[in-house]
Amino acid sequence: MNEMHLAPKVITSEPIRKGFGMGLLQAGQLDPNVVAACADLTESTNMHFFAEAFPDRYFEIGVAEQNLVTVGSGLAAMGKVPFVSSYAAFNPGRNWEQIRTTICLNNRPVKIIGSHAGLYTGADGATHQMLEDLALMRALPNMVVLAPGDSVEAAKATLAMAKDKRPNYMRVAREATPVITTEHTPFQIGRAYVFRPGKDVSLIATGTMTAKALEAAAVLEKDGIDAEVVHVPTIKPVDHSVILASAEKTRHVITAEEGQINGGLGGAVAELLGENLPTQMIRIGMNDRFGESGKPDELLKHFGLTSGHIAMTAHSILMDHSNHKH
Amino acid sequence: MAKAQKDYSIADLQKKANTIRADIIKMLEKAGSGHSAGPLGLADIFTALYFRILKHDPENPDWGDRDILVLSNGHCVPVRYATMANAGYFSRKELLTLRQLGSRLQGHPERERLPGLETTSGPLGSGLSQAIGMALALRLDKAQHRWVYVVMGDGEQDEGNVWEAAMTAGKYRLSNIIAITDRNNIQIDGPTETVMPLENLKDKWEAFGWHVLEIDGNDMEAIIDACQMAKAIVEKPVMIIAHTIPGKGVDFMEYDFHWHGVAPNHEQAVKALKEIRTLGGKIKSEHEHE
Repeated sequence: MNEMHLAPKVITSEPIRKGFGMGLLQAGQLDPNVVAACADLTESTNMHFFAEAFPDRYFEIGVAEQNLVTVGSGLAAMGKVPFVSSYAAFNPGRNWEQIRTTICLNNRPVKIIGSHAGLYTGADGATHQMLEDLALMRALPNMVVLAPGDSVEAAKATLAMAKDKRPNYMRVAREATPVITTEHTPFQIGRAYVFRPGKDVSLIATGTMTAKALEAAAVLEKDGIDAEVVHVPTIKPVDHSVILASAEKTRHVITAEEGQINGGLGGAVAELLGENLPTQMIRIGMNDRFGESGKPDELLKHFGLTSGHIAMTAHSILMDHSNHKH
Repeated sequence: MAKAQKDYSIADLQKKANTIRADIIKMLEKAGSGHSAGPLGLADIFTALYFRILKHDPENPDWGDRDILVLSNGHCVPVRYATMANAGYFSRKELLTLRQLGSRLQGHPERERLPGLETTSGPLGSGLSQAIGMALALRLDKAQHRWVYVVMGDGEQDEGNVWEAAMTAGKYRLSNIIAITDRNNIQIDGPTETVMPLENLKDKWEAFGWHVLEIDGNDMEAIIDACQMAKAIVEKPVMIIAHTIPGKGVDFMEYDFHWHGVAPNHEQAVKALKEIRTLGGKIKSEHEHE
């Protein structure tokens, strides 16, 4: 379809966390300094591939997330490349101050993995559906924030993190989600990618919502609307040039993320456009509220995080501002 | 044995500790804010560490074979700065920049600003966890000749993070960690046993799988002996509970929790310096004209 080498047609699904698990195993094979620690969720966060292959380099910390990241800081101090994982609700939900002081201000390259992020966590309910992680991590100086769009990209992101000298946070989801990229799709920390060029409206999405944005673009095409889909796997530092170029071209921006619209991708794009290229935009995501128990698909529909809702929002932003067109 | 150090006698070390106490007073007075009691109480422990115990090189703070010293209660950093300056890491003159804009000597220690600090600290309760990461890494690297020392406060042991770390060090039997608790019995709101009782502290650490030594933390010989004995304990991490006198060396500060987070004004500093230099009137000052 294009130079992005996307999957020709979405036929497979796989949990993003699995991509992380396989990426970590590979990173461990490539670099003996890669180590890992987990807070009693080894298999759940897919660290077991690494733990089984490198038992000496894997540390079980128990249910103690503050200790988890701070031990990570100490490991990094001695030249190790530590990946530390738990559920995003606790890591970075519970241990933000330790991340701020001992990792960000201290500037140690710890790799923090927040698994089971977003509404896809489903039936566990609001306590476990982490929606604020991107905002929490994006506020921290020195921190790099990643939200890969599928398992294939998560593996690439993990390998990139292992080489990156900065503190990193990556959010991954629990449920199987569509595999939209291939091993040939480019990935670089700090870059955003135009997955589908278009001229009428920019659908700027991150994480699991990029697949939904691509579906929405296909629906809009049938309605005669040419949507551009921009995938933003790096929330911080966010790619200014790709986002500004897209907004300049289409003059209509919709952001989509599986988290709070305040402080996450929507916040980042609004800040960027507000200061550089004021553009009509609508943020799709959780609007200042918590989730609840339910099946993932039910929840996404309930809270408007669907391809249908993105397409409808595109219609409405274009209709509202039809006087600005042409 | 330190790389760039002479063999100091106990009397030499005591004298050094006194100089460091005087430096602490001068720094705090100039800064106009900061913590007095803890750093004064810790002066003997820091002197012992930097002039006798630690393997380190002031000329080369990143020396690959050095021992690591983590200061968990970062607010006590004036004692570390003063000891480092006296050990030759930087000039004693720079001590007077404490807490000023652009200074390498931040109010709480920042690793990236001053070589030799090992970590950034201030928010309490996370030093031991970092030491665990360091000790695990040293074990992976089979660096059995290197030790990780951690100085912790007693009040900071209210933090849950400390006990998460205590369990982990016990689990991994990290005998390459030597922790020292500055047991001075005070914290900001009052005596530790009133604010949040810590006793029986020895039993607590033992219950978490640690070997515990209890010493007079203002007795130079006892500090050195305890650190040496700690190295001989190969099965468990070691906690040295060092009973110190907060404000040690300055009569009007000793034992008084109000001096936890306060710096002396000029008048108080003059009085304190005189007392430190004469060891409370026991000897004639050698620095009358300073």
